[in-house]
Amino acid sequence: MPIALVDCNNFYVSCERVFNPKLEGKPVVVLSNNDGCAVARSNEVKALGVKMGEPWFKMEKLAKQHGIIALSSNYTLYGDMSARVMSILSQFSDQQEVYSVDECFLGLEGFAHEYLVEHGQMIRRAVRKQTGIPVCVGIADTKTLSKLANHCAKKGFAGSDGVCDFGRLSEAQLSKLFYNIAVGEIWGVGRQIGTKLVAMGIETVEALRRADPEYIRQQFSVVVERTVKELNGIPCIELEEAGTPRQQIMVSRSFGQPVTTIEDLSESVAYFATTAAMKLRKDGSVASSLCVFVRTNPFKENEVQYQRSVVVPLSRPSADTAKIVSAALAGLKQVFRAGFRYKKSGVLLMGLQGKDTVQADLFDQPMDQTKSEARMMIMDQINLKMGKGAITIAATGVKQRWSMRRERKSPNYTGDWHELLEVD
Amino acid sequence: MNNTAPFPVIKPVVGLPPVLLPLFGNQVPAGFPSPADDYLERRLSLDEHLVPNKNSTFLVRARGNSMTGAGIFDGDLMVVDKGLNAQPGDIVVAVVDGEFTVKYLGLLNRVFCLKPANPCFQITEFKEGQELEIWGVVTSTIKQFRR
Repeated sequence: MPIALVDCNNFYVSCERVFNPKLEGKPVVVLSNNDGCAVARSNEVKALGVKMGEPWFKMEKLAKQHGIIALSSNYTLYGDMSARVMSILSQFSDQQEVYSVDECFLGLEGFAHEYLVEHGQMIRRAVRKQTGIPVCVGIADTKTLSKLANHCAKKGFAGSDGVCDFGRLSEAQLSKLFYNIAVGEIWGVGRQIGTKLVAMGIETVEALRRADPEYIRQQFSVVVERTVKELNGIPCIELEEAGTPRQQIMVSRSFGQPVTTIEDLSESVAYFATTAAMKLRKDGSVASSLCVFVRTNPFKENEVQYQRSVVVPLSRPSADTAKIVSAALAGLKQVFRAGFRYKKSGVLLMGLQGKDTVQADLFDQPMDQTKSEARMMIMDQINLKMGKGAITIAATGVKQRWSMRRERKSPNYTGDWHELLEVD
Repeated sequence: MNNTAPFPVIKPVVGLPPVLLPLFGNQVPAGFPSPADDYLERRLSLDEHLVPNKNSTFLVRARGNSMTGAGIFDGDLMVVDKGLNAQPGDIVVAVVDGEFTVKYLGLLNRVFCLKPANPCFQITEFKEGQELEIWGVVTSTIKQFRR
């Protein structure tokens, strides 16, 4: 079955450009939390040699020279735009695997190869027209190859107008194409494996495709062997369609400035626990335990380092904010040590299951359970209506000294009545 | 083990998944069912009426007075569908030289132009090489008189 990999071009930058057309054609970077490193780059910025993950302070000089526009990440906006894109893409196939915020696989069962490019163009036009987000489409017989086809479409190595179907290329054409792509570009070949492959003389996609799968398995693992087979058009990695509920929910952030007191740390942990509980309820799940962690800044080498985490079981699987927050705070008390400058904390909810599959125990008060659910529903509804954080547990604090630094953030165009796009 | 025990030995079964039984926490009300139940239908939804295409619809705030003749006033909420193909006569959100504007899409000597709905404002015409980008089509406006 042909598989398409649809990938949004420079997704975060493209989202910003939809609502701020002045950014079109200009060098733009989106910075990570706390305005730290580049997490998205426009083509103009890529051309200047700025690497993914490059810290902002390192490119400030270059930025001044070339007028690079830096924006703080606006994840609420990107999340909404992603949901729109994925929903549109789902109309083109009933087999969709959303792989990340900006890419998804589509199974194209029953499409003959002569129509696939046209189909890819339709997908591209639909997403562009309806959301303003440009995408590229790679089509091939395996997931690994469709990723590679997407890479070729994006770079203009093969295909045309942002769509590349390997099924349209002859064996000789593929060979020539793969010979010119570094082995590190392959999905699943990380830096470590890539370095070892190069050391073994396998430097290009073509070289790995021609390698003996058996030998590769001996040298690496079945995972890399699978990659070799996939490069040869033998599907080994199946489409994982939506519907598999999350196994865990993690909410964590780096602080805008170091935090030293348990009071400030408690506010942050309570806030993360609140957010995590909300996500949990949205999934219709309950958690059976949670993990709290704190750590100092490992990049400050002259500061004393500390990191610790603890798992706190819940007496009964729950999605109640009050219960999750108090468990998280109990955990924090166990891991907190005074005298450190904390940079990050987080809450991880574990042992998730559907809320309807929870086994009742002897001491359960069914009425308690119903009341707790009703309370949470009201809380979620009010927060949805009045904005996130309208109603919350008092422990999350009002000052939030630890909150993120996002000085260059664009408005929440699609999620806040007060921040809508204005047009005259 | 002795198989001829005088009474059966019940051994715990391990490794089987728990059997989940429903728990009835609420009372079941009994009585005569409401005759209106047969006529229950869903309520009308403004979302459905105003936003047929959820994925491509964006809410945009109108500013200024250039479209007052079309009933669009400063502060009105506009429902904008990016997915529609704009036709002459539509009210559109357009991008001209990187700036957003809301105007009527017009035709002047077979060339697209942007027409305000207020005589105090001028028509925007486009010359060779100048670009007019239609961002979306305004499908409705929402005015609120009180909340």
